[in-house]
Amino acid sequence: MATRQTKALARAMMAPSIIVLFVWMIVPLVLTLWFSFQRYNLNYPERSGFVWFRNYYFFLTDPAFLQAIGNTLILVVGVLVITVVGGILLALLLDQPIWGQGIVRLLVIAPFFVMPTVSALVWKNMMMHPQYGIFAWISKTLGLPTVAWLTDYPLASVIIITAWEWLPFAALILLTALQSLDEDQKEASEMDGANFVNRFIYIILPHLARAITVVILIETIFLLSVFAEIYVTTQGGPGYSSTNLPFLVYVQALLNYDVGGASAGGMVAVVLANIVAIFLIRIVGRNLDA
Amino acid sequence: MARAATTQRKIVVTTAAWIVGLLIFFPILWTILTSFKTEGDAIAFPPSLFPPHWTLENYFEVQSRSDYFRHFVNSVVISIGSTVLALLIAVPAAWAMAFSPTPKTRDIMMWMLSTKMMPAVGVLVPIYLIFRTLGLLDNVWGLMVILMLMNLPIVVWMLYTYFKEIPVDILEAARMDGATLGKELVYVLVPMAVPGIASTMLLNVILAWNEAFWTLNLTAARAAPLTAFIASYSSPEGLFWAKLSAASTLAIAPILVLGWISQKQLVRGLTFGAVK
Amino acid sequence: MGSIQLQHVNKSFGTHAVIPDASLEIKDGEFVVFVGPSGCGKSTLLRLIAGLEDTTSGQILLDGQDMTAAAPAKRQLAMVFQSYALYPHMTVAQNIGFPLKMAGMDKAAIDAKVKEAAGVLNLTSYLDRRPRNLSGGQRQRVAIGRAIVREPKAFLFDEPLSNLDAALRVNMRLEISELHHQLKTTMVYVTHDQVEAMTMADRIVVLNAGNIEQFGTPMELYRTPANRFVAGFIGSPKMNFVDGAEAAKHGAFAIGVRPEHMAVNKDSGLWRGTVGVAEHLGSDTFLHVNVDGLGLMTVRAEGEKQLHHGDVVWLTPDPSRIYRFDKDGQALAAA
Ligand SMILES: Nc1ncnc2c1ncn2[C@@H]1O[C@H](COP(=O)(O)OP(=O)(O)OP(=O)(O)O)[C@@H](O)[C@H]1O
Ligand SMILES: [Mg+2]
Repeated sequence: MATRQTKALARAMMAPSIIVLFVWMIVPLVLTLWFSFQRYNLNYPERSGFVWFRNYYFFLTDPAFLQAIGNTLILVVGVLVITVVGGILLALLLDQPIWGQGIVRLLVIAPFFVMPTVSALVWKNMMMHPQYGIFAWISKTLGLPTVAWLTDYPLASVIIITAWEWLPFAALILLTALQSLDEDQKEASEMDGANFVNRFIYIILPHLARAITVVILIETIFLLSVFAEIYVTTQGGPGYSSTNLPFLVYVQALLNYDVGGASAGGMVAVVLANIVAIFLIRIVGRNLDA
Repeated sequence: MARAATTQRKIVVTTAAWIVGLLIFFPILWTILTSFKTEGDAIAFPPSLFPPHWTLENYFEVQSRSDYFRHFVNSVVISIGSTVLALLIAVPAAWAMAFSPTPKTRDIMMWMLSTKMMPAVGVLVPIYLIFRTLGLLDNVWGLMVILMLMNLPIVVWMLYTYFKEIPVDILEAARMDGATLGKELVYVLVPMAVPGIASTMLLNVILAWNEAFWTLNLTAARAAPLTAFIASYSSPEGLFWAKLSAASTLAIAPILVLGWISQKQLVRGLTFGAVK
Repeated sequence: MGSIQLQHVNKSFGTHAVIPDASLEIKDGEFVVFVGPSGCGKSTLLRLIAGLEDTTSGQILLDGQDMTAAAPAKRQLAMVFQSYALYPHMTVAQNIGFPLKMAGMDKAAIDAKVKEAAGVLNLTSYLDRRPRNLSGGQRQRVAIGRAIVREPKAFLFDEPLSNLDAALRVNMRLEISELHHQLKTTMVYVTHDQVEAMTMADRIVVLNAGNIEQFGTPMELYRTPANRFVAGFIGSPKMNFVDGAEAAKHGAFAIGVRPEHMAVNKDSGLWRGTVGVAEHLGSDTFLHVNVDGLGLMTVRAEGEKQLHHGDVVWLTPDPSRIYRFDKDGQALAAA
């Protein structure tokens, strides 16, 4: 399978993918980089010129920036923790013999298919609404004060919504992995007298390692760029309390029409994402493949 | 004795699983049920699970107010179009990675995935300006290409994990049998990988259908898919919940049904080879 | 027509030379077997001929034409893989007809050819099945059918029988030999089973660490092994080797005696030893004898000979069948 011909062919076959992705990455990136050194505001087209690092200076010294970075990380890590832990628990539950397992599976996977704009709208209006939401009704029924989720706990709300979207993915991937665990191996460990905790730590968890890796990798890719959930629910507020980096750049670019500033923000986001990517691929990617 | 214990246990576990399942599903269920309520019933307090007066009124109003069908067609065209484009480019690449791997293959794969980690906002401005120059704003073709690029890394990876399971011998046999590369792909690899390609397509359709950054920022009236259609319901605060629910139900129903029908396959594909 | 020539073929993966320098001439119509221990490069050599790997240096000639750089499809060779490599999504008929379809033959002609091949291989009643619904032996025959329909210049087999059970293996061995007699097409056959090699081959190539140790008829290899490796590899059970003083008596660094070339006697003989394990196969008995001062030796005795663990026996090698080797393991001419 490895003649010079097939190797040359292989390179030719990879070329389209690599080229389009490269162009897709590099052209806008170069432009973004260029804009980021410009004074460029769509509202004031007459003010232009090369400003070196001024955009970066403003963006990086903007308190919103640090907050956005923090929020981005909290969002990613929070959702990852909830979905991985919740996913494992859910997978363990669904791996038991139950009546109607097929239907429960359908119920559980459903949120994965719901578009983020819809889930955000539904959660915002029908679950978390301070007056008419289900949560409000539960609080009132229990005689507790109602909570204005989106204004009082904006970031937590976004995390809840996003976690709800991604929990099915994690749970079902982990369930599939769990089901592939050898019956023999399970039985052998039961024969060896391992109790559930030991079985979980020494047999199940290692078996799930690769699946967990995949879940983390895929989810991180998508969670770094969470946008619709914020756009629809909190609009990043109150203040910047639920603004993540993508949303901050969006605000700069499309709401403040500050292309230069937004580009600087975009570059920062790209750099940060690459740091996360390198980190992730080093740590997590090793677990894949092979 | 032991039997009774296991039955008992099964009852407990079943109950727990159903409760959890229904809780997770609840927001969707609630949306669907609300879509059949009158606006008054929708915000009634205390809420009633089932609509006291079933009505289809909301669906008609949603269609007449924001032309669901046009958005639906846009969504279908964009998600299927971007999927076909992605497959055309990704199948050869995945073939090369799976069957002619080099020491760099892994790095290339990871690089491709890392392009997906690049925040779209980082390149939104230039893409927006380029699209404006090329007249691709609010254009299904432009969106198709963007979504193809968005999902290409995932598609390549997923196909690659499927292809790797196919024994090289069989492709070599085809080669010995006189198949050119094109015929090897068309007659041997693709038919053998049909389940994998199908679940890859499915995932891509779902991702494209639900993609809400580029579709919101690059479309206006003409090319707007369902994500934009639904976003138009986010502004009028509250009190139109029945219509909002009807719109939501309409937006998610096609993909939900598709996903349900094929969930086993889809989930297996999503393990990206992590589960044999 | 199907002669195959290798001229100073070298194949390296990175810096590791799997085939350092192989030259070989396979005549048209010959049945040539490559044998050697696992990892010695048999498959690699076969795949070089097939064009599935390319040479690092050297030439491969088919019918005198330089095909070193030709794609597999251009070489008009057919290959049968160890895993059979059947197309799982095609029926038996489609599998067998695939090479013809690739050659652009029309449907009617393909059907006729497929029927004919199926007839030869006893597959007629399975033509509409998929490979997964066939037994191992049937799959093997489909793979062979796919190879024969296009009337290749030569057949290449890579351990085609190793996935079959012992009884079926013997059967298929005979069938392939029979096929060779009918078709008279060149066949190159890789195996690590020296019984297959001995029984099927016109000539055998013995490979060791990528080097061709000897190329000759089965009887040449058996009677006049070129070196200690070939002597040890061909023949079952293995040849016994003795070095040191006992070998020096014969003017050699080491000597070898095959188990079947030693007489066993309970009372007298050349070497005294104690019987360890005795394997009674019925037709033969293999005795593993611990010879005083020389170590463990295997001897073939008559099947019904009653010898048991712990018995003292005397072994006497046939003096005309003692092989002598020098320090480097090369065979010395008969004394
Ligand atoms: N693609 C490759 N890359 C690197 N080394 C390889 C490759 N293919 C084979 N080798 C090495 O070449 C040597 C010979 O391999 P080959 O498959 O030819 O052995 P073989 O004689 O067929 O063994 P077996 O009887 O086990 O099939 C082995 O050491 C193997 O590890
Ligand atoms: Mg081999």
